[in-house]
Amino acid sequence: MSNHKTKIIPGKRIDWFTGVNMTFLVLIALLCVLPLIHIIAVSFSSSTATAAGYVKLWPVDFTLESYKFTAGREGFWISMLNSIERILLGTPLNLLLTIMVAYPLSKERNQFRFRLVYAWIFFMTMLFNGGLIPWYITLKELGLLNTIWALVLPGAVPVFSIVLLLNFFREVPKELEESAVIDGAGQWTTLWRIYVPISKPAIATLALFSMVDHWNSWFDGLILMGDPSNYPLQSYIQTIVIQQNFTAVSREDILSLAQISDRTLRSSQIFLASLPIIAAYPFLQKYFVKGIVLGSVKG
Amino acid sequence: MAPPGAYPLYLYVAVREGIGIMGGRWTRELPLHLMILPGLLLILVFSYIPMAGIVIAFQKFIPAKGLFGDQKWIGWDNFNYVMDLPSFQQVFWNTLTIASMKLVLGLVVPIVFAILLNEVKNEFVKRSVQTAIYLPYFLSWVVLGGILIDLLSPSGGIVNSLLGSFGIEPIFFLGSNDWFQTTLITSDIWKNFGYGTIIYLAAITGIDPGLYEAATLDGANRWKKAWHITLPGMRMVIVLLAVLSLGQLLNAGFDQVFNLYSPQVYESGDILDTFVYRIGLLDAQYGVATAVGFFKSIISFILIAGSYFFAYRYAKYRIF
Repeated sequence: MSNHKTKIIPGKRIDWFTGVNMTFLVLIALLCVLPLIHIIAVSFSSSTATAAGYVKLWPVDFTLESYKFTAGREGFWISMLNSIERILLGTPLNLLLTIMVAYPLSKERNQFRFRLVYAWIFFMTMLFNGGLIPWYITLKELGLLNTIWALVLPGAVPVFSIVLLLNFFREVPKELEESAVIDGAGQWTTLWRIYVPISKPAIATLALFSMVDHWNSWFDGLILMGDPSNYPLQSYIQTIVIQQNFTAVSREDILSLAQISDRTLRSSQIFLASLPIIAAYPFLQKYFVKGIVLGSVKG
Repeated sequence: MAPPGAYPLYLYVAVREGIGIMGGRWTRELPLHLMILPGLLLILVFSYIPMAGIVIAFQKFIPAKGLFGDQKWIGWDNFNYVMDLPSFQQVFWNTLTIASMKLVLGLVVPIVFAILLNEVKNEFVKRSVQTAIYLPYFLSWVVLGGILIDLLSPSGGIVNSLLGSFGIEPIFFLGSNDWFQTTLITSDIWKNFGYGTIIYLAAITGIDPGLYEAATLDGANRWKKAWHITLPGMRMVIVLLAVLSLGQLLNAGFDQVFNLYSPQVYESGDILDTFVYRIGLLDAQYGVATAVGFFKSIISFILIAGSYFFAYRYAKYRIF
């Protein structure tokens, strides 16, 4: 068959299309990566080289001054710790609740008669929400403002993850559960000894979803934490990089340092804020592809 | 249904029917209720109470009196007030324009990209391109916003200095009403098209390779195969994603806009969500902001419920 093919389509024509196509795709791919590389280059360059526009994709007059400056800010470390605390509390809670809600909902109707009622209660939150203001007022009246729980509890039940996991649970062979029940296992034992171990890849995916979400969230921190010392890192970066509100970092402080400018400083903060994501990227890519395929293309 | 196996039939029936071996249905079902309880309580508090909080839209809300306190009821006044604001109409159209452009391009770009990427036979190039295009998806809009502000700056940004070397005057991408929407739409596609591409590539791998072989034997060229085999093979996923994305018609992307806009581009870039944030949390006009939020929630509800219904009807998509 391959002989047949080479006779009909001359090799040269394949090369022409493949060449143009690959060039195009590689260019687009570069457009996705080069902006970040430029920012990294700026963050390691001196302020004069940056201001003169010499910095493209490689640092000019290599310096670590902006990083030293950032590392010297107390606010940076405090917000970093807040982010870590948020992930350490938020992700296990997300996983625990996802598992505990997904399991009953994955049962057939004859095994759990109230399944549909519960499923609708959870599904409804994907269809309708009260909007920002009632949500904010609710948290305020619960006394959660300015506490870490305001960043952890409102999103503790990720309905979309529950949907993914319950569909995964349904694929678990019924025979496993049946034999467990014969051995006298109750629902809790069945869940933790059979369903959870077998669903490890799916749960790992959801853990990554949850960690990335918690790391990347910034708006809740911004509006729910009145005191900037309670900001998670992304909220802290937001005020400095986007609002360019340097109250946390006084302007005289910056100007007194000749080696750094607003621009190199901001670039270093952007890079630091994205560093964990970049470091975890190989895992993220592997598991997210699985997760997406799990969720979207199930026919 | 699988055969009962080695153990007695009554046990098999008991498990299938959910009847506990010792004791009745309740013994078997009670743990399930208990398991679901914590999650249920949390969504009641953090989703359903705010839903009930929509009553604020019909009140002259004074925070000190409490969420369900003795507030003054003013009927539809908040709604009438908002609807008459010229800025509200502007905001509504901005939202629709930005969201629908994102929706259409967000659908088309990944489809084209997936088909083109599928034509690449060199595994290394294919994998590298996938890895690169998927990266921005994971970064927050704080990070990407910071990158864009630096890149697109009219003074010293690398994009404008590149344009300058072609003799083009600096363009204020984030500060001019002529450019702001284009910048939003382009950068949104930039962040998200990798995600869509991966989904479509997964759909393409599901296509029977025999179809391509048969088409090759019949003398079909690359384009014919893409048009007659690859695209129809992706049809279900395309329909599904298109339908589900309709529910997002009023979501123009709060995180993105909030991190990129400024007062001089409110005219073209202010959207419902940023509007609610400003009048609600900054100006403390709680009733008015809740009314806008309620307006958005109602329309979104109809769109999302409709999209799930159609996805169920035409793509056999069941969420649970």
